[in-house]
Amino acid sequence: MNRIIQKLQETDLSENKEKKLLSIYFTAGYPKPDDTFTIIQELEKNGVDMIEIGLPFSDPLADGPTIQESSTKALKSGMTTLKLFEQLKDIRKSVSIPLLIMGYFNPILQFGVEEFCKKCAETGIDGLIIPDLPVDIYTEKYKAIFEKYDLINVFLITPQTSEERIRFIDSVSNGFIYMVSSASVTGTTKGFGDETKAYFERISVMNLKNPQIIGFGISDKESFEQATEFAKGAIIGSAFIKHLTENETGKISAFVKGIRDI
Amino acid sequence: MTYQADEKGYYGDFGRAFIPEMLYPNVEKLRSKYLEIMKEASFRKEFDQLLKDYVGRPTPLYLAERLSEKYKTKIYLKREDLCHTGAHKINNTIGQILVAKRLGKNRVIAETGAGQHGVATATVCALMGIECVVYMGEVDIARQAPNVARMKLLGATVIPAKSGSKTLKDATNEAIRDWINNPVNTHYIIGSVVGPHPYPDMVARFQSVISEEVKTQLKEKEGRENPDYVVACVGGGSNAAGIYFHYLDNPEVGIIAVEAAGKGIFTGESAATSALGKEGIIHGSKTLLMQTADGQITEPYSISAGLDYPGIGPMHANLFRTGRAEFISVTDDAAMKAGQELARLEGIIPAIESAHALAIFKDRKFKEDEVVVVNLSGRGDKDLSTYIDYFNL
Repeated sequence: MNRIIQKLQETDLSENKEKKLLSIYFTAGYPKPDDTFTIIQELEKNGVDMIEIGLPFSDPLADGPTIQESSTKALKSGMTTLKLFEQLKDIRKSVSIPLLIMGYFNPILQFGVEEFCKKCAETGIDGLIIPDLPVDIYTEKYKAIFEKYDLINVFLITPQTSEERIRFIDSVSNGFIYMVSSASVTGTTKGFGDETKAYFERISVMNLKNPQIIGFGISDKESFEQATEFAKGAIIGSAFIKHLTENETGKISAFVKGIRDI
Repeated sequence: MTYQADEKGYYGDFGRAFIPEMLYPNVEKLRSKYLEIMKEASFRKEFDQLLKDYVGRPTPLYLAERLSEKYKTKIYLKREDLCHTGAHKINNTIGQILVAKRLGKNRVIAETGAGQHGVATATVCALMGIECVVYMGEVDIARQAPNVARMKLLGATVIPAKSGSKTLKDATNEAIRDWINNPVNTHYIIGSVVGPHPYPDMVARFQSVISEEVKTQLKEKEGRENPDYVVACVGGGSNAAGIYFHYLDNPEVGIIAVEAAGKGIFTGESAATSALGKEGIIHGSKTLLMQTADGQITEPYSISAGLDYPGIGPMHANLFRTGRAEFISVTDDAAMKAGQELARLEGIIPAIESAHALAIFKDRKFKEDEVVVVNLSGRGDKDLSTYIDYFNL
């Protein structure tokens, strides 16, 4: 069974009902080209539930300066798609945590969509988040390939997404829905206002078939708790990149424990 | 077979909207409304009136006799350089500001390379009393200082794009991020036939007034609507889309697209996308773009800020792929000399972008009785410091 589904089902069991999922994003090849493996191991060891591995891109439209800078640095130090797959080659010998790759569509297109999915499956990647591959183009052209390799493709919704479209995205999704907390690129907001909370609540009462995990603007214990009051879990990205910038791969345990006591 | 966009925004295999969900509501609203809005009688009336009284249209179609004599063919110049603000860019900004008003938007953002589109956007925002923010690469801000000053004088806020190559591509990224952060009150006026559907088609339609006028004007002067060739420079390709538009599906008219070779196509300092580019996604559109084997978008180079873009609009990618258009690339040196030549033969100082289109005559020969219409997309005032440096004036 796909590890993402397995993780989500586990947390549906009554004894785990209150546990909220913590997902962490980092940019592959940052801060140093060969840190990918270490970071994944450290995150799993410290109880993180899911990891999003960022595939660096020169023009990350949906990201703010923190993630863009980490991508630029990773690319400058020679990071490529092929290199990422090499780094992840033996990852499943030591970790069992669900792994997703989050990346923009152009590098995947150049790699070859089918070839990319095949590599993901061989490596043990469970899902993909591709912000600039919209749900309509995905269903027309790529869904069959993703499914062939048992990859879960995760879609985003935002406060501006209409109810009709949310229902459509829910029907196409299999796993979870990535709920963007506010109208923003990554790493820009701090804390949630009443409007955002109303949006969280509005979605939580829609009774979607897929659970929601909230991302964008979650940076600490407080925002994690606020977000997960209405959702299955939350994703932290830019705040973790900042941590890596300051501490390299050290103190990951302290960072994770600062967000959520296991 | 048509070379226009289909309903989904495809030009052959190119185009469509590859956008993050955060942009979807705005782009979708625009997509579902733009054709309807453009057909409204009140819209047409306001648009046509502004083009006439404010922009100064129709722009002349001028027979360049001394240039024609030199190159032994009949060369007409479509004088977009005489538009208000100095280039064709304002045809599109007038159209889009009227669309923005009808969509209830009270804030406008734009990206700019050479600054012509930024000035054209700042101008229409001033005209309509709408807040205007223009993103411009730091490098371009330095080389196009007069246009930065013009935008500021017109009341716009100019924000430097400091990421990546600090040119047009990065300014576009920043503008898109602004739109993501301001999804309700803001309209994004894209300046070229690039970006997600419906932008390439909408911008082409607003610029199509250029070829519409050429048809009437050529009929008067030559007794026929169709020239043998239409020629334009292509960065993103909006002036080209404008002069090709009504001839796209007419095989009697040859289409020539001129790209910036920079210091030479294979020098690593070039913006000749058709020669160097591969199919991929840039700024929400599937098109040809310059990129590494790994799919990272590379940094183009041209002496002309308006051509310094690593992609071309999806319409042009399709014209290239299908062979409908002939693509020629022109170096910095050839363009600068062509600019100087036009100044000396015809008393017209062209923008360096447009000078690229004029540079083809040296090597690309035409028959004596052929009629070639070149889109003189902008005037050279903004490029004076580049001309001064290049020719030690």
